[in-house]
Amino acid sequence: MIADKLQQLGAGTINNVRGFGRAGIMLFGALLGKPDIRKGFPLLIKQLYVIGVLSLLIILVSGLFIGMVLALQGYTVLVKFGAEQMLGPLVALSLLRELGPVVTALLFAGRAGSAITAEIGLMKATEQLSGMEMMAVDPLRRIIAPRFWAGVISMPLLALIFTAVGILGGHLVGVDWLGVDGGGYWSAMQANVDLYQDVMNGVIKSVVFALIVMWIALHKGYDAVPTSEGISQATTQTVVTTSLAVLAFDFILTALMFGG
Amino acid sequence: MSDILIDIQQLTFSRGERVIYRDLNMQFVRGKVTAIMGPSGIGKTTLLRLIGGQLKPDSGHILFAGEDIPKLSRSALYAARQRMSMLFQSGALFTDMTVFDNVAFPIREHTRLSESLIRLIVLMKLEAVGLRGARDLMPAELSGGMARRAALARAIALDPELIMYDEPFAGQDPISMGVIVRLIRSLNNALNLTSVVVSHDVTEVMSIADYVYVVAEQTVIGHGTPEQLRAHPSPLVQQFLKGEADGAVPFHYKAAPYEQELMELVG
Amino acid sequence: MTTRKIEILVGGFIVLAIAAFLMLSLQVASSGVAGTGQSYRLHAKFENIGGLKVRSPVKVGGVVVGRVAAIELDTTYYRPVVTLEINNSYSNFPETSTLAILTSGLLGEQYLGLQPGFLDETVEILADGDYIEDTKSALVLEELIGQFLFNRGN
Repeated sequence: MIADKLQQLGAGTINNVRGFGRAGIMLFGALLGKPDIRKGFPLLIKQLYVIGVLSLLIILVSGLFIGMVLALQGYTVLVKFGAEQMLGPLVALSLLRELGPVVTALLFAGRAGSAITAEIGLMKATEQLSGMEMMAVDPLRRIIAPRFWAGVISMPLLALIFTAVGILGGHLVGVDWLGVDGGGYWSAMQANVDLYQDVMNGVIKSVVFALIVMWIALHKGYDAVPTSEGISQATTQTVVTTSLAVLAFDFILTALMFGG
Repeated sequence: MSDILIDIQQLTFSRGERVIYRDLNMQFVRGKVTAIMGPSGIGKTTLLRLIGGQLKPDSGHILFAGEDIPKLSRSALYAARQRMSMLFQSGALFTDMTVFDNVAFPIREHTRLSESLIRLIVLMKLEAVGLRGARDLMPAELSGGMARRAALARAIALDPELIMYDEPFAGQDPISMGVIVRLIRSLNNALNLTSVVVSHDVTEVMSIADYVYVVAEQTVIGHGTPEQLRAHPSPLVQQFLKGEADGAVPFHYKAAPYEQELMELVG
Repeated sequence: MTTRKIEILVGGFIVLAIAAFLMLSLQVASSGVAGTGQSYRLHAKFENIGGLKVRSPVKVGGVVVGRVAAIELDTTYYRPVVTLEINNSYSNFPETSTLAILTSGLLGEQYLGLQPGFLDETVEILADGDYIEDTKSALVLEELIGQFLFNRGN
């Protein structure tokens, strides 16, 4: 019995380490070597469109609603202490430090991450990756690398847009609806939000999340079992794994940035 | 029979515990159509991947124009791959590009030709497979046979020395099968290609191949020109060529004697 | 062509992101008095700094003129030394000025209140690296209560 459990644990660990190894090799192969600007740039633009621009709508809408909810919830608590002028900082700091990067990463994983996994898994299943390799074109550089960079560039930009829209949504509810003083909303925000401490740390978080989400999504697709079942499993795994990884890294980063 | 493009020597390859090939020896002559036949599931596609360097053998040599493929460095392997091409069973067309862009893909990747010159080459290749009119279609809009022809146009885009066909006849209706048979033969003669055809469609293969290898049980069980093979003494080769249900490859999967199993169930 | 449309949309996306960043850095985060522009440093010793933190504001009559840049402990007398970063546009405080640690509201954050002093021929203007001598420490509630009880005991 104990030996069986031990064996299971060992096998699981070996599998995980192997997966990590393969993922590392994939990323290494994709990012190493000199990029070809002439061919690479149009590919990057195309992926920025597919990954970034097409995620914009969900980011705008979610950002607006999350900002509005934050203002509504925050107001009901703050008004009890007569501190409704702190609504601006509450909304801005929650969005800048936490909700902007984290919710963007989660939505991004669901919207773009799963699509990338499915796309690459399907390319593998239909032998497109093999075919490319036989045409002496490295699929890691042709397929994986542009998607990786497009994701790493898009996500921080999406997080910035999410945060800005959220703060406007907070203004909409707090100032235009609940009647908090508009000047106070912005000035209290300005007094309490710091460009480096809050805005930049949010951007850094977002970059880290982007690296994680893109790495996992690309690896799950590239490593998918090339059957319809394998691809659907890989897609699910992408969403689950990226979400957990983003939340775990959020805690670590928050502890490092704001904990000390 | 002296000009050999690919020479496979003592090739052993296994996947996990399972041995796929043991001491396989094959030669592919330049300018000829060589076919590899055998029952399904014996790793014929694997052999093509070994030649293309996508898989590494456990031991043995695969000499492509004198270069040992498994021992090549990455860049040398990519250089060698530019001289060969492979037609996958599914065609493996890029689903996000038109037929034109698919055929232009290898040219754009490996040359710096002007767009007008690329257009000229692509239309020429599409004309060769009879799909010049389908250049603006997406792969999803093509029938299976047309997709395979488009993929063939892409495979010959850079005028390779070697072209490998993975099950080119599988799942085709008689007409498109006839078209592909004709294309393989005519491209081989017109472009002076060396063709390797992996298939288990006996009649089609016997009609176009100059030389045939029959592979089973991890190694070559018979080889020769189609005429030589028809007179081959091996019962396994004969069973395969004639498509008999029972013979050296038994109809029944290995099992205990039926009577014995019935008796156990009753008793 | 479709590439053109894609390029325009990607361009729009980048512009939107830049606009968001500008809004966040200019409208949401005041780039800070100490963050941009020229500033000079003053030092001040206190008995007790209470809840004062790095980046707490320095105010004159409620107007932010600078921020706390560093808080250290002087190891000879074991008194806290606070370094202030004051914007260069407020550069003529006399050395008779006083500095107090104040609290905004009953429960609010602590900040430094700078009270400019008088100016005559013998008084110099505070320059980079100078010490403000006249300081009032933070009020510590426990000490106040202790004193109150002690006085009543008398």
